Formats: sequence, C-alpha cells, structure tokens
Amino acid sequence: MKFLEKIVHKHEPKFAKGGKLEKWNPIFESFTTLAFTPALTTKKGSHIRDGVDLKRTMMMVILALVPCLLFGIYNTGHYELVAEMGDRSLPYLDQFWSKVGAGALVVLPLVVVSYGVGLTVEFIFGVIKGHALHEGFLVSGMLIPLVMPADVPLWMVAVATIFAVVIGKEIFGGTGMNIVNVALTARAFLFFAYPTKMSGDFVWMAGEEKAVDGFTGSTAMGDLATFTSEKMTVAGTEVVGQTGEAAMELFNNSYSMFDSFVGMIPGSVGETSVIACLLGAALLLFTGVGSLRIILSFGIGGFVTGLLMNAIGSNPYMDLPAAHHLLIGGFAFGAVFMATDPVTAAQTATGKILYGFFGGMVAILIRVLNPAYPEGVMLAILFMNVMAPIIDHYVVQANVKRRLKRLKTA
Amino acid sequence: MSKSVKLRKGLDIRLVGEAEKVSSVSVMPKSISIKPTDFHQMIPKMVVKEGDAVKAGTILFHDKYNPSINYASTASGKVKSIVRGAKRRILEVLIETDGQQTFEVRSSMKLAELSNDQVKEAMLSSGLWPFLRQRPLDVVANPSNEPKAIFVSAFDSSPLAPDFNYVLHGKNDEFQAGLAALSKLTSGTVHLTMNGKTNSDETFKSATGVQLNSISGKHPAGNVGTQIHHIDPINKGEFVWTVNAQDVALIGRFFLTGKFDMRRTIALTGSEIKTPQYTEALIGANVSDILNDQITSENVRVISGNVLTGEKIEQDGYLSFYHNQITVIPEGDQLKFVATKGWMSPGFDKFSNSRTFPTWILPKSKKFRLDTNTNGEERAFVVTGELEKVFPFDILPMQLVKAAVTDDIDGMENLGIYEVAPEDFALCEYVCTSKINIQDKIRQGLDLIASECM
Repeated sequence: MKFLEKIVHKHEPKFAKGGKLEKWNPIFESFTTLAFTPALTTKKGSHIRDGVDLKRTMMMVILALVPCLLFGIYNTGHYELVAEMGDRSLPYLDQFWSKVGAGALVVLPLVVVSYGVGLTVEFIFGVIKGHALHEGFLVSGMLIPLVMPADVPLWMVAVATIFAVVIGKEIFGGTGMNIVNVALTARAFLFFAYPTKMSGDFVWMAGEEKAVDGFTGSTAMGDLATFTSEKMTVAGTEVVGQTGEAAMELFNNSYSMFDSFVGMIPGSVGETSVIACLLGAALLLFTGVGSLRIILSFGIGGFVTGLLMNAIGSNPYMDLPAAHHLLIGGFAFGAVFMATDPVTAAQTATGKILYGFFGGMVAILIRVLNPAYPEGVMLAILFMNVMAPIIDHYVVQANVKRRLKRLKTA
Repeated sequence: MSKSVKLRKGLDIRLVGEAEKVSSVSVMPKSISIKPTDFHQMIPKMVVKEGDAVKAGTILFHDKYNPSINYASTASGKVKSIVRGAKRRILEVLIETDGQQTFEVRSSMKLAELSNDQVKEAMLSSGLWPFLRQRPLDVVANPSNEPKAIFVSAFDSSPLAPDFNYVLHGKNDEFQAGLAALSKLTSGTVHLTMNGKTNSDETFKSATGVQLNSISGKHPAGNVGTQIHHIDPINKGEFVWTVNAQDVALIGRFFLTGKFDMRRTIALTGSEIKTPQYTEALIGANVSDILNDQITSENVRVISGNVLTGEKIEQDGYLSFYHNQITVIPEGDQLKFVATKGWMSPGFDKFSNSRTFPTWILPKSKKFRLDTNTNGEERAFVVTGELEKVFPFDILPMQLVKAAVTDDIDGMENLGIYEVAPEDFALCEYVCTSKINIQDKIRQGLDLIASECM
C-alpha cells in the first residue's frame, strides 16, 4: 500500500490549509480516511485509545443488514414474478436465479440512488461546514432502500433521502445530533407527502404495472387494515361471508406464521424476513453495537399489547395472535435496526428498557386502532425518538435524587 | 468498620512491558525540575532567583493565593533557570545538582509529641503539603478546609503500574509514620484501601490507626476516586484528601529523619523499554539518565506516569511531581491502511473493550503493544452505554460529560462532579468510540466549578 500512501502524501499539501484546494479538504479527507486510518495521535489525557471507532461500529451495522438485503432482493424478485403472472401460489423457490436477477434490478438501483443522493448531500454539508464525511449516513443509506416499497419511483427515493438528510439530520448538526431516525424520516416523508403512492395496494410488489388485471399486490398490513372496515379482503379476494373467522382463516392461508417468519410475504424490501432480522440482531448484540434492552423490550411491549388486543377482541384485527404481530410488517426490522439507533434512542440503561417497551406497545396500538396507518412501527419509533429525551430526563432525575438522599441519611 | 467492595465494571488493559521486580539504584541526576504545571491551577510566587544555591528542602516558590503552601527543591545545587512560557507563566524551575545532596537542617520530630497544628505547620513549611490532594476539584489540598476523611490507596491498578507491595516492602516504619501524620490532619478517618484480589504486603496489613478496607475488581479499582465513592462518598460541601501510598512513606521519612529526602522507587515500563524494571529516582529527576540505553526504537513517546493519565515528556524531560512510573510506548503518527491495520482489519493487534474487535477471543495472557494513534477521528457522541461498562460509579458518565461540555453547572452538580477527578474518566476516554478527550472536558468542568462555586 506504499504507492497509495505516496499518492496521499503527494496531494496532501494542495488540500492543506493555505493550499490551492483548501476548500475541498473535507472531501479529500473523507476519501483518505476510507483508505487509511489517519496519523492522528493523542495529545493529552489517555495516551492510548481503543481500536474501535465510528467506522468500525457502522461497518458492523452494515454487515448486520446484509441478510436482510439479500433476502429482500430475492423476495422482491419473487413477487415481481408473482405480479406478472397474477398468481400468488407460485412456489417460492422456483426459478431461483431469475428471481434473484429480477430482484437485483429493482433493489440495487434503490441502494445506488439512496447512497448517491445521500452522500452528495453529506459532502455538500461537509464542504460548507469544513468537516470530513461523518459515518452516520453509511448506515442510513442502506436502511432507506430496505424500508422502501419495492415499486417506489427512484425520484421519490431521491427526494425522500434529501429531505431526511437535510431536515432530519444536517440542520441539527449532523451525525450524532439528530433527533429522529434518518431512515424513518425518509419513509415518513414519502408516506405523508405521497400518500397515494405509498399506501394502498399498488407499490408493494415491483412490476405492478405489468401485472394482470384484477391482481392486487396487497400486503399483510394492508389486508389487516380492511378487517376493521365493512369490506374485508385478503390478498385481493373478498372474504366469503365477511365473518371474522373466515377472514382469519384466509389471512392465515396467505400469510401463515411460518411464511411471515421466513419472510415469504410481500412488504417493504428488507423488512419481511424475521430470520434475516434475527441474524442481524445476533451480530449487533454479539458485538455490542445494538442494545439487547431495546430489542427485547420492544418485542415484549408489542407482544403484551397484542395479548391485550386479543383480550378485547372487538374486531377481527384485534384477534390476530400476538405472536403473529411480531412477525409481520416492519416490526422485527424496526426493533432490530431502527429502534436501536443509539443517537435517537434513550441513552440510559433504564431508559432503553422503557423506550423499547413503549415503542413496541405504540406500534401495535397504531396498527390495530388506527387503520389509516397500517404500518404502525415506523410512526411508533419516530414518536419514541421524540419521547426518548423525556424518558432519559426522568431516569437521570432518579439518579440525582438517589444521590441527594445519600446526603440526608449520612 | 472496615469495608470490602467488589466491582464488576472496569477494564484491565493488557500491555507489554511490565516492570520486573528488580531495582537498580540510579545515579544522581545532573539536573532536576520542579514544574508548577504539575499542580493544577496553582500560580507560583518565586522565592529563589536564578543562580541561587539551594539545598534539598529549600523552598523554591509558594502558592501566590495560598502563601502557606510551599514547594521545595528535592535536590541540592544551583537554580539554573526559571523557564517561562506564554504570558510569562512559569513552566518549570530547573536546578543543576551538585551531586552531594545536602539537606536543609531540621531536627527529627517525634510525631506523638506534636500537636495537630504543629504537624500541619511542619508539612506546610517543609514542602510536603503538595502531596495532599483534595476532592472535589482534584487540586492541592487547601489547608483551611477540614477534610472529612483522608484516603490512601494501597495499590495502583492502572496499566503497567508499579506494584506498591514491592515498592514499599520493608518500609513499614516510614509508612506508619506517614499515616500517623495524616491522622493528625483530620478529625475524620484515614482510610487505607488494599487490593482484595491479592495478598497485600506487611507494610499495609500492619498499618494501625487507620481504617483498612479492601476493594477488588478491574481497573479503576485502585483509583482513590473509586474507593471514595464506594466507601465514603463526597457530597456537596464536603472535602476529602487523598495521598499516594509512596508519598505517605515520604512524609513519614521526613518526620522520622528530619530530611526532605524525596527518593522514591519508580517503575520503568512500556513496550519500548529494553529491560522494564524498578529504579530509585528523585522527584523531578531528569529522565535521560534513567532511560539511558533503554529505549529500543526510534519514534517513541515518553510518558511520566501511566498511559491513561500520564503526561507526555521529552526523552530528556523531567519526572513529574506525583508520578511513580515512566512509560515508553511507540508513537502512532503513521497512516494505517484500513484493510490491514485500520477499521476493516481483523484487528488481532488491537486491544478493544468492544467486541467488534477479536480481543475477547484471544487468551488472557496475550499482551498488546499499543501506540498513541487515536484509531479514528473525533466525532459527536453516537454510541451509548459503552462508558458505563468501565465506570464503576453510581454516576451517569455520559450525561456528566455532556453537562461539562455545555458548561451546565447545575447539571454537573446534580450528576456528581464533586466526586470525580479527570483520572476517574481515563478509561471512559480510552473506550470512547467518538474519540472525545473526556478527561480534558471533565477538567474544564471542574475549572468552571472552581471559579463559580468554590
């Protein structure tokens, strides 16, 4: 790597202070730090430092997202074929490579657009503020395509990414300063700015425009939302007799627990497979990058609320088994990758437990009680992001009070 | 009344270059330096001039705002120069030694016959007082405050630290005399806290007139701040004084012999030292005589003190007032290719508390040669929960650091700034993913508290 080092040293003076290209130093620095850990040394305080840095941490998250990405590519390819043939009973593993190819053609452009647009915005802000690229977007850029519906137009992804990076993050000061999760900001932006494009049955499967007439690409979430209305439908077919039992039976046929667990159901690109999410969770938890407190309490919060809904059971949606709630939609993906974002989550140990629990709870509440928003997880996490500082405030006050008490008893 | 504490949090950084338990008697240094900068926020008022002849124990300067606290020369010779920095701030007082080591004449004192005030007066006038440090603020103790307790740690748990069981072995009398002197300075208790993991030396076990505690766990178990927090925590308005164990023996030696004899045993450690071992050295001694032929590579950092809290000095620099150790480690000022040595590498050469590196998989006997590279650039706080793993206090470290950074005085008070010193945060600074200089931030917070609240 000597030759690369030589190149760096050769061009360094140009970008250094007083050099010709001084203004572009942030960009130069960003690229050199991709190749070399900079020669920065400790000045005072601790003379040695841990090997871990933000790049290493973010790399672990990206590695953890790989199973979701790969599964997402296949699943997208599968449903593209399904839509083209108008037949949901297409065996899942048939035509393996053509599905991979079709999926890659849909998903990879999403990834490219998300990274391309996002990094450009980051670089612009880097140059304005005079700092090198901060690592936060390396993860956000991967999360954004994974929470998008497969058929979302690329320009929308670009607009959403710009909105998320600028409004969601940079105006607050960049990586580490944002209040709400960047990737979810992108998703929420599309959800509210282009509701006709982002809800309903039309975007969840790629290639919808090629689909045969009368075929709808509805998702489990969308179908469940109809359970609270007059006209219950599952996967495009009306429920015979409109009874709750019949609806549940049809629902279980289309989105069985097993299918949902493996991820063989339509939905956003990367969110469908609980197995892939669990693989990612395993890596995050093992390396200590993700918080077990959040993931676990998020699941428990959702499960308990699911049980509560079962106990009330006033419509078929409420009767959906609590465990099934955790397997469909973006619940697992949100719990593992979104809620655990350390910047926007609660920061204290106790706070994380409360944050996760309420997050899971609110997610199910929104899902079941407000069918206008079939996917409650996104909104729940954004809501908890905003609440996290309040949770932390009370945890910190508890610590302060405990320590003040010490003075009185002493 | 003795307390025994077990800690679960902490981190022992395994470094190459632990000192072997062999002592060499070093030659008398050609020069020594007493650095006012070792005493945080102290502004010196010089008593001697350049060219003056001094003896060991001659007062060089005193604290401008607290003139009763004197600072003495540790060697006899001539004041060579008074080195000043920006705004004429005095950086160090250099003394050329005469190789004789003559002492200021004082008669030995019988501690038992001295009153509390006489002990205090003797320590103030002789130059022993600066060994007493005070919490809150982590500065030289203010003699007008009444400490509720005095804490002495019988071991140092920081990386490559000298083993006090070896260093103070056989110095029972001096150590005991020092403790007796300390107990005359407070109406409260003198705490001596031993390592619960190992058997302490007779010097510590036979100590009388003090409360013997034990604490076991990883570093920072040996930090006196950790011990105070778990044994007798400081609340707002209270003061605790702390003294290093070797300095207790020096205080004792003074009262036994009447001589200001500031030789102590220091550890010569670090991966770049040929034969890490112990050596006897004067406080403020020039280290070039000690490091003579010992450094094995070119580009090194010499640290007076340990790698976590020490101070960078030159290869011909001077030992700082409070340090028992010299550490030499490689400088890390090279570009490191990411795939072999950086963030994408497997990282078997890195010691990390995070499992993103395979440190956890390597045998516990494996020791590391770490350099001074920060291993990344400074970022905003992103990762949460990592500081707590190495911070065995009932204090929220990240919130306290943030309060310090934002000059939030109320926040700092509530979150426990009075209990901590920068050194308590040394491990937090080590593990910090965002490479924030946490000790520095805490020091700035303490400075603000000192100017606004004390």
